[in-house]
Amino acid sequence: MPDGADLPAGTTPVLDVQHLKTVFRVRGGEVHAVNDVSFALGAGELLGVVGESGSGKSVTMMSLLGLLPSPPADVRGGTVTFEGEDLLQLPLDKLRKVRGGRIGFVFQDPMTSLNPVFTIGYQIMEPLQEHMGLNKSAARARAQELLELVGIPGAAQRLNDYPHQFSGGMRQRVMIAIALACDPKVLIADEPTTALDVTIQAQIIELMKDLRDKLGMAVIWITHDLGVIAGIADRVVVMYGGQIVEHAPVKELFRNPQHPYTRALLTTIPKISGERARRLTVIQGQPPILGDAPTACPFRDRCDVAIPRCSRENPPRYDLGHNHDAACFVAKGSQHAG
Amino acid sequence: MLDNAAKPSKPLVQVRDLQMHFPIYSGLFRRQTGAVKAVDGVTFDVMEGETLGLVGESGCGKSTCGRAILRLYDITGGEVAIDGARIGKMSQGDLRPLRPAMQMVFQDPQASLNPRMTVEAIIREPLDEHTKLTAAEKEKKVGELMDTVGLNRRFAKRYPHAFSGGQRQRIGIARALALNPKFIVCDEPIAALDVSIQAQVVNLLEDLQEQFGLTYLFISHDLSMVRHIATRIAVMYLGKVVELAPRGPLYEEPLHPYTKALLSAVPEPDPALAQTRERVVLQGDVPSPANPPKGCNFCTRCPAVMDVCRQIEPTYQEVRPGRFVACHLYESTGTADATAGHP
Repeated sequence: MPDGADLPAGTTPVLDVQHLKTVFRVRGGEVHAVNDVSFALGAGELLGVVGESGSGKSVTMMSLLGLLPSPPADVRGGTVTFEGEDLLQLPLDKLRKVRGGRIGFVFQDPMTSLNPVFTIGYQIMEPLQEHMGLNKSAARARAQELLELVGIPGAAQRLNDYPHQFSGGMRQRVMIAIALACDPKVLIADEPTTALDVTIQAQIIELMKDLRDKLGMAVIWITHDLGVIAGIADRVVVMYGGQIVEHAPVKELFRNPQHPYTRALLTTIPKISGERARRLTVIQGQPPILGDAPTACPFRDRCDVAIPRCSRENPPRYDLGHNHDAACFVAKGSQHAG
Repeated sequence: MLDNAAKPSKPLVQVRDLQMHFPIYSGLFRRQTGAVKAVDGVTFDVMEGETLGLVGESGCGKSTCGRAILRLYDITGGEVAIDGARIGKMSQGDLRPLRPAMQMVFQDPQASLNPRMTVEAIIREPLDEHTKLTAAEKEKKVGELMDTVGLNRRFAKRYPHAFSGGQRQRIGIARALALNPKFIVCDEPIAALDVSIQAQVVNLLEDLQEQFGLTYLFISHDLSMVRHIATRIAVMYLGKVVELAPRGPLYEEPLHPYTKALLSAVPEPDPALAQTRERVVLQGDVPSPANPPKGCNFCTRCPAVMDVCRQIEPTYQEVRPGRFVACHLYESTGTADATAGHP
């Protein structure tokens, strides 16, 4: 893919990832977790990343910021351009200025990503003092503002509370407050609502929508839940076997999915309204084991429209028009026929 | 009894005012200072051959309820009858011969299978415990069970770690089926699985139900999957069932304000619908079951709360044929007071 091609013409990306490759060295071989992943993030947009566990969605985002321990992880190639610099080439001290400063990160599990022995206030103030050079009282005032922003009642008193004194939903709000502390340009949220109940999930999604309107940052939202994506994303990237298999604006993707995996995924989830299917459609088989660099389509064994070419070559991402692309020979073929 | 005579099948499981309280001990002498009321007065029937869905958020007591029905706990109060046998106060020894008829499939297939036993040994264990079959008969039965749940017989000598999540869940299901049970409690059997694998396991459960005439209590927090598999659905909140209704009416026209909020919070995989749909976003969190609010348990978050809700606990009653609700909005007596208190 040419640089920034998945963005609408005329926009400059805030974050541009090209040909990213991450390999884990394990006993008895390698795991190719991320294979040639390219995408761009426009200013102020929300990019949804969907995939099952093991599809490489979290590893991709961790690789961007060098958050993976090396060894075993090894980022083998690619570029990540953020504010004119390649994050993969930055020395650690400069990278630390970016992490938690201009790029914020919200992790999946609010129970384990907060330090239980420090107060919430301390944990929110830490990046403020570190990255923005605020003194203690200014940092405290800002921390209180942030807690109010994410909708925690009694913010001033709660700064002195410890993580265990907050409920799951409240802890995730605190995590979001920490990620937002230094006015990031990009917020990466890795399954921010997966550990939460549906009613709490609805609260966090409303909060994120509000915050985007107020602060105008770009967001990468990783999830396995297509329902969440439908409600919140502008564009969607579908990952399978460590690769991006389909990319499209959200409405286009749900109306007109082109990759067989996306199509199968959309039919396999039961709906809460409308006609009830007598039987669920299943995707047969198991996700692939990523022992080698891909030489064939990762979905071919479970695909119902696979052709012989699928096991000989790994399909590149074909442009299908309308800012939509899919890594599938069959989707490309039918596009030309139609 | 709560059921109307029009129902074609008879109840297999009857749960009456089931209570499961866990004591809290504190202070120097570890005196009991309170109790977590995990299940606090639950009443329902599970009909023969049906799937009753039990839904609710985490901490609402749905798993505890499932375990208490099978007497994996010594219950605090109430009565449970399975297939006519009243097991609520039975001793564990007396219960043992009845165990084959009631089985359980657990949430986490990683944790519920012994990592040091082969698949064959895991599936054979209930046969060892409860039957007098010979070794050859047992081996044959294990093979048949593996075929039934779609596991390759060649893998009988392997250990659980060699299997994927979906396959491990199949091992758990095979073990539950070993003694030809009538009633199976499925405690979030698909929660730990990926979307594409969930459908495989749900279809398997449906096939087995048809084949063996099983009755399920299907515990889940996934409302769209429950809509697919369950015939009737009970919604729990803070230890109580707030609404119980057949599948169709419940999803088309939920009555209890909590059910309404819960359904509207489920994200729909359709961007056009997601924009137009009206959402009820509940404020706040679920109160602690150790210290539930006075009156209705839902009064702290209810969008339609009235004065009476903070004072009197609503009764769980049949408001339409087959539909049970515990809410003052639908109570026939005291409606006048309720409307007066709510301008």
